[in-house]
Amino acid sequence: MKDATALKPLWKSERKRPARSWHLGASDLFLYAAELVVLFLIVCAIVPGWVAPYSPTMMDAAQLLQPPSVKHLLGTDYFGRDVFSLIVYGSRDSLLIGLASVIVGGLTGGILGAFSGYIGGWIDQVIMRIIEVLMTIPGILLALAIAAAIGPSLINVVLAIAAGTIPRYARVMRSQVLSVKNRAFVTASRSIGSTGFRIFRKHVLPNSLAPFLVMATIGIGTSILTGSGLSFLGLGVIKEIPDWGTVLAQGRGYLTVAWWICTFPGLAIALFVLAINIIGDRLRDKLDPRKSGA
Amino acid sequence: MAGTIVTRLLTSLLVVAGSSMLVFLIMYVLPGDPVLQMLDGNATSPEAIADLRHQLGLDQPFYEQFSRYFIHLLQGDFGHSRITQDPVLPKILEQVPATLALTFVSAAVSIVVGILLGVLSAIHRNGIIDVLARFVGLFGISMPSFWTGILLLLLFSIKLGWFPAMGSGSWKTLVLPGIALGLVGAGFIVRMVRNTMLEIISEPFILTLRAKGLAERAVMYRHALRNSLIPALTMIGVMIGELLSGTVVIETVFARQGIGRILADAIMAKDIPVVQGVVFFTAIIYVSVNVLVDISYSLVDPRIRRST
Repeated sequence: MKDATALKPLWKSERKRPARSWHLGASDLFLYAAELVVLFLIVCAIVPGWVAPYSPTMMDAAQLLQPPSVKHLLGTDYFGRDVFSLIVYGSRDSLLIGLASVIVGGLTGGILGAFSGYIGGWIDQVIMRIIEVLMTIPGILLALAIAAAIGPSLINVVLAIAAGTIPRYARVMRSQVLSVKNRAFVTASRSIGSTGFRIFRKHVLPNSLAPFLVMATIGIGTSILTGSGLSFLGLGVIKEIPDWGTVLAQGRGYLTVAWWICTFPGLAIALFVLAINIIGDRLRDKLDPRKSGA
Repeated sequence: MAGTIVTRLLTSLLVVAGSSMLVFLIMYVLPGDPVLQMLDGNATSPEAIADLRHQLGLDQPFYEQFSRYFIHLLQGDFGHSRITQDPVLPKILEQVPATLALTFVSAAVSIVVGILLGVLSAIHRNGIIDVLARFVGLFGISMPSFWTGILLLLLFSIKLGWFPAMGSGSWKTLVLPGIALGLVGAGFIVRMVRNTMLEIISEPFILTLRAKGLAERAVMYRHALRNSLIPALTMIGVMIGELLSGTVVIETVFARQGIGRILADAIMAKDIPVVQGVVFFTAIIYVSVNVLVDISYSLVDPRIRRST
């Protein structure tokens, strides 16, 4: 005798698949816009010549401090340079500083935190005390002090920014490793004889990575903010092609006569960081739905 | 309770000592000869350079240099400016009121705007205020404060002439820099408070309160709000550090007096003792504020008081 109930599900969702619609939620729209902004600026950073109408070093004495027009989309600066082209070319250093300092700071902090949390004991104590001391100096001050002492160059600026971000990566990584390393599947793996390193690589690390990745994504934006702050104070990379913060700082002197020189590079910074934050928020919702926000 | 406070104070003293060592170490380890920088490329005989190095005590081994620096710190001697030869600490203390005023105003802006918007947006989720709050949250943490400052300058002092563009003195000079810096903090607090509120509203004890028929207003303001303020309090402690360091940039934008300005000038002039002094001074304020936050934390939250 056949059991009819076993074949038939007791309850079946009667809801049909929603008809495909072109209606997008507002948050999806924001996400797409953010991705578009990031993509555009990455293209700018890699091949600025494709996007910029002029050379960033071309000084046109006949076109000093021109307001935005069809010819110069975002106006010209005191040297007659096209502001739009400056922003397009400036994206390379700005983005590079943001990304590189996240990689340096994130790797250092992440390794320290993972090591500290997984090994525990006095090593953990020592590392965490050092991190605590590092935290007493706010990130941008540490970056300022280091950049002031070693002088402006791309690598120095990256190191200066990265140093201030180590504590937060280390702490996130450590707390995550601490909570994962006592979970049942880790104990199970240990009980079948896995080595400590294998457990770490196969189980602890993959399960601890999500919040760290979210933090690193948002960290790109934060690092760009710090970097442009350094440039604004004159501690950035001194090069023929200025980055966004430097263009902005140079435009400050002409604020009363030419509002566009300061406004647009700042807008570029804000838009990029905003886009990164929107993507980071979404990533957090995806990877860690429990802890969205903050 | 008293025991916890004492322990907290003692550990924070150790942390401050540690950060003094860190500040010293950064300047010591990093490349760049301070003596050559002081001479700034001026041709001098090697004897004169050695003489100056001896005068500054830079020819002594690391531990002696550090212990001398540390003992001087304990005596309240932050060293002397290499440019003007003035002692560093009085120079800092002279500028502290201006910076503290700015920090205070911007903290007030952050806290009032942040908590108000955060709470209202969580209560009226997806309403107009919620949209506004999310807007403030995202833009606040994304806009560089110096750019916000410049935009405010353009609009309110250059175009409209409502506030002075620069200087420090009257309360009017505090408004624009206070807003520019405060918006950053407001962004962080709005996001924090909104998320905590939403999380707490979905907890069972809120359901219980609603089920027993408590007025919605009381549920929100007496229970949900009070519970979400605790994480916000920690956030404020961390934020004070950000605001203090943010003054470096904002004081430059608005040409204000303050310790941030001293730091920016000292950095330009490569005046390392002044840089060390300001950074260490900020660290002391930052640690003190966080000790206060920790203590008030246990005063506000009975659970913490009992567990310690």
